[in-house]
Amino acid sequence: MDVGKDLVLDMYRKMHRIRYFEQKIKELITTAEIPGFLHVSIGEEATAVGVCAALRPTDRITSTHRGHGHLIAKGGDVGRMMAEIYGKRTGYCKGKGGSMHIVDFSLGILGANGIVGGGIPIATGSALAAKISGSDDATVCFFGDGAANEGTFHESLNLAAIWKLPVVYVCENNGFGEFTPTAAVTSVKDIAVRAKSYDIPGFVVDGNNVLEVYRYTSEAVARARAGEGPTLLECKTYRWEGHVVGEQAFITGGYRSEDEVARWKARCPIIQLEKTVLESSMLKREELDRIAQQAHDEVEAAVEFARRSPLPEAAEAQEDLWV
Amino acid sequence: MAQLTYLQAIRTALAEEMERDPKTFLLGEDVVLSAFGSTRGLHERFGSERVRDTPISEAGFVGAAVGAAMAGLRPICEIEIAPFIYCAFDQIVNQAAKLRYMSGGQARLRITFRTLYGAVGGAAAQHSETVYPHLLSVPGLKIVVPSGPADMKGLLKSAIRDDNPVIVFEHAALGRSREEVPDGDYLVPIGKASIKREGANVTVVAIGAMVPRVIAVANRLAKEGIEVEVVDPRSLAPLDEETILNSLAKTNRLAVVEEGPLTGGWAGEVVALATEHGLHDIDDIWRLTTPDHPIPYSPALEDAFLPGPEQIVASVTERLGAEIRTTA
Repeated sequence: MDVGKDLVLDMYRKMHRIRYFEQKIKELITTAEIPGFLHVSIGEEATAVGVCAALRPTDRITSTHRGHGHLIAKGGDVGRMMAEIYGKRTGYCKGKGGSMHIVDFSLGILGANGIVGGGIPIATGSALAAKISGSDDATVCFFGDGAANEGTFHESLNLAAIWKLPVVYVCENNGFGEFTPTAAVTSVKDIAVRAKSYDIPGFVVDGNNVLEVYRYTSEAVARARAGEGPTLLECKTYRWEGHVVGEQAFITGGYRSEDEVARWKARCPIIQLEKTVLESSMLKREELDRIAQQAHDEVEAAVEFARRSPLPEAAEAQEDLWV
Repeated sequence: MAQLTYLQAIRTALAEEMERDPKTFLLGEDVVLSAFGSTRGLHERFGSERVRDTPISEAGFVGAAVGAAMAGLRPICEIEIAPFIYCAFDQIVNQAAKLRYMSGGQARLRITFRTLYGAVGGAAAQHSETVYPHLLSVPGLKIVVPSGPADMKGLLKSAIRDDNPVIVFEHAALGRSREEVPDGDYLVPIGKASIKREGANVTVVAIGAMVPRVIAVANRLAKEGIEVEVVDPRSLAPLDEETILNSLAKTNRLAVVEEGPLTGGWAGEVVALATEHGLHDIDDIWRLTTPDHPIPYSPALEDAFLPGPEQIVASVTERLGAEIRTTA
């Protein structure tokens, strides 16, 4: 395997961190301990982690409403993320933004976004800024299959192509836009094909294979840094949970077959990585278990931190509007 | 001091600020050739990295300007004609205006939007609208509406230097208006009104192209013994409430003359302000706006659409004329 042990360990750790974080969120909503609309990404960990593993700290990302995985993969602090979701003052955004608007500039996280497709022009602009400044920092834009039908997707890819911007567009195709299958509303089977319309490279990637995601992203980032312009990566994956946690309360009837869910669970990205590293003897079972346990403990600690943290005072609602 | 046109004032302000701050850059449709003249010469001076023609992709390039601002630059983003803002509405209103707040103060969007607005004669409904009323109701965006070359230079420079999102509305019919403009680093503060003409009988609040029109009317009315105080807020957000209320306290009559809709327009905001905070100063209060239908194309109809000089004169004399003559 051409990926170093430290990097693989980090990938494994981050995937578990995401998995536990999202499972915990689901639990906390079900017991009504946290407010808000929450969109978890269980099953999609490999895309977030594989992509961010190919980035340096000064590279930037934009994320989506289903962004906890991206934020954690880019190095986000689970305590401050959890506190934000709890609406506490110690959260990343002082409780002002919530799950869909988490930002951490020190890590190059330009933010999750509550508008589907809203982050695509922003990521494009981040890449434009790098180009104008003469920096070789890259920007990754995470978005979903649904966003690939938004006007902003098309306008942004064209703009990035004509100006050769250092941006990697990562489409997480999880088969569904909210409650509607992607296939029913998308003119192409593989979104990657749309790269041709903008004369940029486009690839279909196994979004559940973290090492494959890492490899494709590394190549795309290298192209970006060399001034060769944007790439479109379509990572095929699947979300184990619904669109929003608790949706069974308001949508009647399922929209996915149990068979389909079971088939994708059998392709769990974490188990796939485990198999690969155990078979190659890169890591032992005990090491993996230890890392998984650490990730689990971090998430538990994050919840405790969030619970103990204070809520914002009423007067704080008026702050942070103007510089 | 030099005599500059409104367009020259824009060009001067842009050139000075782009010279001063290497993090500024300009983007928009036709900014290199500059269809209406406001950015002419900037491309030759500052080059292709910093002056960029965009495709016709408002959501795309406005959002890119937002992203570049998030990444630390100071973009100047032109939206060629104000109603095209609707194509980029999400990026301005859901993103630019809200990102700082939603991020708990982490984001600093040093972005200036500039757009051409207003009736010019024959541009019809989709090219003539003022648009700013829609932006007023989303906190997080500063809005300035300069009425002449000096205010334009000063406000545009202030807008570019402001670390918050600011949108500058440049009236399409004022391009050739001309006046003395101070040289050098002339800045007009955002959020500060200007009393363009003092008077004791009635306060008329106006912005943009209505300001020179109201001043001309005021000079006419003076001959009839009616002294009009013309207040030009210059910024719609933040609004200089104190200057407006002080003037009302002095004259006890307030009219808002606006090239904008009656319903949901800015004039209603001024009336609400006056009635909430200056109720006991009010002897009379009214609005003169465009009617609640889109601007028609035919010159015969368009001329009647805007508050015209005769209409303003009639409106003021009707409400004041009798009273003034009896007290004179």
